[in-house]
Amino acid sequence: MSRELARYLATRFGQLLLIVFVAVSINFIIPRLLPGDPVQTALARLQATGGAQNVDIQAVSAAYRAKYGLDAPILEQYINYWFDLFRLDLGVSFANFPEKVSTMIGNALPWSVTLLAVATLIAFATGSLLGARLAWPTAGRGIKAFVPLMMILTSIPFYLLAIILIYFFAVVLKWFPPAGGVDTTRIMRLDWATTEDILRHAFLPCLAIVLGNVGFWALGMRSQMVSVLGEDYITFAEAKGLPPRRIFVWYGMRNALLAQVTALALSLGSVVSGAVLVEVIFNYPGLGSLLYVAIRGQDYFVIQGVVLMLIVSLAVLLFLVDLIYPLLDPRIRR
Amino acid sequence: MTVTDTDKPILVVEGLNVHYDTGKGPAKAVNDVSFSLKAGERLGLIGESGSGKTTMATALMRLTRAPGRIAGGKVLLDGQDILKMSPRELRETRLRDIALIPQGAMSSLNPVMKLDEQMIDAIVAHKPGMSRAALDARVAELLRSVGLDPSVAKRYPHELSGGMKQRAAMAIATSLSPKVIVADEPTSALDVVVQRQVMQTLGRLQDGLGAAVVLIGHDMGLIAQFADIVGVMYAGKLVDIGPVRQMIETPRHPYTKLLVESLPGIEVKQALTGIPGLPPPLVDLPPGCSFNPRCPFAFERCRTETPLLQDVAPGQQAACHLYPEHQVLPPLPAMAQSHNGEARP
Repeated sequence: MSRELARYLATRFGQLLLIVFVAVSINFIIPRLLPGDPVQTALARLQATGGAQNVDIQAVSAAYRAKYGLDAPILEQYINYWFDLFRLDLGVSFANFPEKVSTMIGNALPWSVTLLAVATLIAFATGSLLGARLAWPTAGRGIKAFVPLMMILTSIPFYLLAIILIYFFAVVLKWFPPAGGVDTTRIMRLDWATTEDILRHAFLPCLAIVLGNVGFWALGMRSQMVSVLGEDYITFAEAKGLPPRRIFVWYGMRNALLAQVTALALSLGSVVSGAVLVEVIFNYPGLGSLLYVAIRGQDYFVIQGVVLMLIVSLAVLLFLVDLIYPLLDPRIRR
Repeated sequence: MTVTDTDKPILVVEGLNVHYDTGKGPAKAVNDVSFSLKAGERLGLIGESGSGKTTMATALMRLTRAPGRIAGGKVLLDGQDILKMSPRELRETRLRDIALIPQGAMSSLNPVMKLDEQMIDAIVAHKPGMSRAALDARVAELLRSVGLDPSVAKRYPHELSGGMKQRAAMAIATSLSPKVIVADEPTSALDVVVQRQVMQTLGRLQDGLGAAVVLIGHDMGLIAQFADIVGVMYAGKLVDIGPVRQMIETPRHPYTKLLVESLPGIEVKQALTGIPGLPPPLVDLPPGCSFNPRCPFAFERCRTETPLLQDVAPGQQAACHLYPEHQVLPPLPAMAQSHNGEARP
């Protein structure tokens, strides 16, 4: 590893740490800037449901404040917050008291990560390959028919696409279950039946994400590839008498992919937010559904925890893209 | 300079036409060009921007791309017509028999591959089954032959200077000892010192290989130093071709004469002269000789009848109606010498 590369990696890692630090701090400050008092809210909720009618409100709120550490000075709270984070203590859920937020996130995370990673990779890979093929001069009429299809797919809103898929494949054809991550009656074991069940449930959400994104990648790759194919090094590669396949992959796609990977990095945020939507529609037990339910129930600690989780994972993903980028483009290694 | 005299020419171009299809009809970028070249000969093709030089260079290797289209003619390489080969034959012929030194050497190397990978790529496409050690040795040998240190093999193109990239492109072009090298303005975008070095390297390589070279450029001085034969292109046509000394000392075609005169001299300081006017649009060529609107010698016949290449001196052909009536180019008509942009007798 060259010194340039080492410095590049160190810089990028420093950026990652900085993003996480800022995200955590904002996540700490924002709820405290909001009007209203979480303790009062909690008490009001308690009273609304018929509890705590004849108790000393002052005593109860003092107890709550002490419990959540809200009676300490703000700086001390901030430091405590960091300590809690290092112990992976994100607080407890109001709605599902006394379940810990970290446990809830821990349960939801694998579902989201697997679904998102697989679906995004499939969409990215097939879209890029298709787009590159579309730009190649020998693209036939059959493959060119994909262009309008891709344009239609990218312009259909995500949720509409998901609903259409549910209607056809789950309601009409009954090939796939309409919602959930796994059969509610299934006992989770590491066997084929469970795996198959999980895959069957994941298929439609995955298809929705793939269909919703593949057009974006295909059209982006097509325009990239068209401009790459106009480059002098393609002409020179032809003049070298290279086989077309080699020119396509190693001179064409290889260069067109650079911009695609940048686009991937830039779109990660929308990939995550799009996933929230898909999970809600398919009632998929991932972070998106968790966040949705938490927002509806004003479950502050859960919201805080999930948002923090999303920001940190985005930062990590961007860091990973930054790690991949110098492998793809030697000009970046500085 | 060596001119190996063999009877059979190695490269014969006959009636080559390359058109760019436009809304206003085809732009004839290469218009009925014919010439031939023997092994070891150096042909310099010169012309203004837009005269069809680069289009011609790419057509010689059948690299013409849409909207360009080879509309007719033959490119016979050792008797075989490149324009009629199957894609496979064509692939095998490129680089092995006819190689290109590209115009934009700056951008002719793949930015994401190391230099040796790009060189090996080319060799392996034609000679599969060579061992890695043999390939590495060949790469080092080729780099040395163009005056580069073998250690640059492991570098990426962005780590090389412009001159180094041009040399690297030459190393790739000569890696299979081709019979014909088409060098398309190999020194554009290089400074004069590097230009000279690159041209010397090209000359040395060509001497070693005994290959024929088609050097394309717009720099009369550079071409004159390198070539044995000079061809002048104007508006897609080859209008004048002959031995370099003869072409410069006694130019026969009016256009060649004006080109030579526009070369700045160092002994006699004078105002730089150019050729008044612009080349005609290729979709809308003037009737008769394409050069007639700018030609100080033009007379009635030039505006109606297209001149064909004819012998005007030993080894020299020109497409001009002044011949065969004249032996050499008559003195410029007095009116035209002012170069006032409306040069007509």
